[in-house]
Amino acid sequence: MSAATTITPRRRWLTPWAVFGYALLLVVSVFYLLPVYVIVVTSLKSFIEVSHTTPWQLPSAPTLEPYGAAIEKLLPSFINSVELVVPATLLSALLGSLNGYVLSKWRFRGADLLFTLLLFGMFIPYQSVLIPMVLVLEKIGLYGGLPGLILVHVVYGIPICTLIFRNYYAAIPNEVLEAARIDGATVLGIYRRILVPLSIPGFVVVLIWQFTSIWNEFLFALVIVADPDQQPITVALNGLAGSLLAQYQVQMAGALMTALPPLVIYVLLGRYFIRGLLAGSLKG
Amino acid sequence: MAVASSGTAARERPPVGGRSLRHFAWDSLTPFLLIAPSVVLIAVFVYGFIGYTAYVSTTKWYGINPDYTSVGLRQYTDLFGLPRFQADVSNTIEFTILFLLGCILLGFGAAILLDQKLRGTIFFQNVFLFPLAISFVVTGTVWRWMLNPNFGINLLFDQVHLGFLKSPWLADTHTALYGLVIAATWQMSGFCMAMFLAGLRGIPDELREAARVDGASELQGFLRVILPLMRPITLSAVIILGHISLKIFDLVVVMTNGGPGYATDMPGFYMFVATFRQNLYGRGAAIGMVLLVMVAVLIVPYLVWSMRQEVER
Repeated sequence: MSAATTITPRRRWLTPWAVFGYALLLVVSVFYLLPVYVIVVTSLKSFIEVSHTTPWQLPSAPTLEPYGAAIEKLLPSFINSVELVVPATLLSALLGSLNGYVLSKWRFRGADLLFTLLLFGMFIPYQSVLIPMVLVLEKIGLYGGLPGLILVHVVYGIPICTLIFRNYYAAIPNEVLEAARIDGATVLGIYRRILVPLSIPGFVVVLIWQFTSIWNEFLFALVIVADPDQQPITVALNGLAGSLLAQYQVQMAGALMTALPPLVIYVLLGRYFIRGLLAGSLKG
Repeated sequence: MAVASSGTAARERPPVGGRSLRHFAWDSLTPFLLIAPSVVLIAVFVYGFIGYTAYVSTTKWYGINPDYTSVGLRQYTDLFGLPRFQADVSNTIEFTILFLLGCILLGFGAAILLDQKLRGTIFFQNVFLFPLAISFVVTGTVWRWMLNPNFGINLLFDQVHLGFLKSPWLADTHTALYGLVIAATWQMSGFCMAMFLAGLRGIPDELREAARVDGASELQGFLRVILPLMRPITLSAVIILGHISLKIFDLVVVMTNGGPGYATDMPGFYMFVATFRQNLYGRGAAIGMVLLVMVAVLIVPYLVWSMRQEVER
């Protein structure tokens, strides 16, 4: 009886609110989906149709021509981005998991201070390190191309990867490690045989996060990669606007092409992406 | 080599009562060896580089070749006297305030709606979150076109009889900054939504019930119980989004290049232009340091607070 009285007023209150709620959700959704509509519709128009119709009108004669043009212009840089993202992501995940392991399970004096100093690295404005970075990369012969950019992304990816893995490993009970230790396992043996197999979801979060961040990054790519043949896709997409000034249909097709890999990952593994996102606020 | 093999032996057959001292001594160094590469890299690439930038900012270096003649704090005094940099600072402040307001209001509103146990909220949640997965360069490319006064969103407003919403957007010094705010809010407000939603879902039902039993109306319960609980989340959101906003670079390059005039110029963009386009290295370094101080003022207390909280836990 008492359960019924607490439930009934809730139900009655819910119904008009639900309609109102859906209406509001739809209005807000329009704001988020409008650019998607514009990209898709525009990228299916011919150059002539783009200049004679509004961006909101559906194409009268849909064509894939803009995609052909965008692929022709952007495919080399798309491949560059893949060649950049894969090694950079794997290396920073490896370093991050080693750091996370040590900083959560082999805590030494000053470990927390060290961790805090490490974390600060993920918040700094990169404008405050660009000048010496270029000088050092020039000195070691890595300025101008992808290897230098990979190095930079690995280094500045260390803090966030360490953070995610440290939080992840902190949830694994120390008793498991102590038992292995008594059995004679080494520090590295515990990492390889206990921590790594247990941390597959942690790796998924970190790999997705790093893949997306590095794929989307622009400032380092613009400053470090002087060679146009090695440009990642974000730089090339921005260049497209300069070379194809009014060819909006090609620009939109290119934008979609640039957005595609992170979007596919988001659609397939969105939950892990959001965990990475919230970890960045230090509270995940 | 001998040490390694004795270590292996100890691992396979540990002596009764513990491991051999030699094995212990060597293995206890392993944790330090494992983090050493990262510590060295961060020490050089973060702290070393910041130190070097600070040093460059006290030199008169302009032109391609380094010139380390000391000028004291001249770069900074020059910088703050520069109309362009003054515009940068006021633009950043205005942009940050509007961007934070937009993200927090939109994010909190969306989170409340999604917390209402309606069917199909997962769909809407994804609609609000997917822009976070996309590059600022893509966002900028699309919104640059949508905010083109002659071809973009204005034509839609005409079509749906909302002509009063028409604006010159990116083409006018008075409205260009709002264009940037709209694009940035489109991209980042989902982050606020995710944080608030996680917070709202973390509120135990008993707490909401308690507010109701006390005779409080739904609204009173919301104001007295829910809202105060959102305060630390709002603070986190302000700090995280605030520091992103101070560093903004990509959207400026892609959408406006700082123009028209200096209407959307920002320190993060001017640092790039001064250093890599005008070869004013000393000035670029000074801008970098000013940016670093602004971000540090926001982030360092937050970092220390987060770590303290963790120690207490």
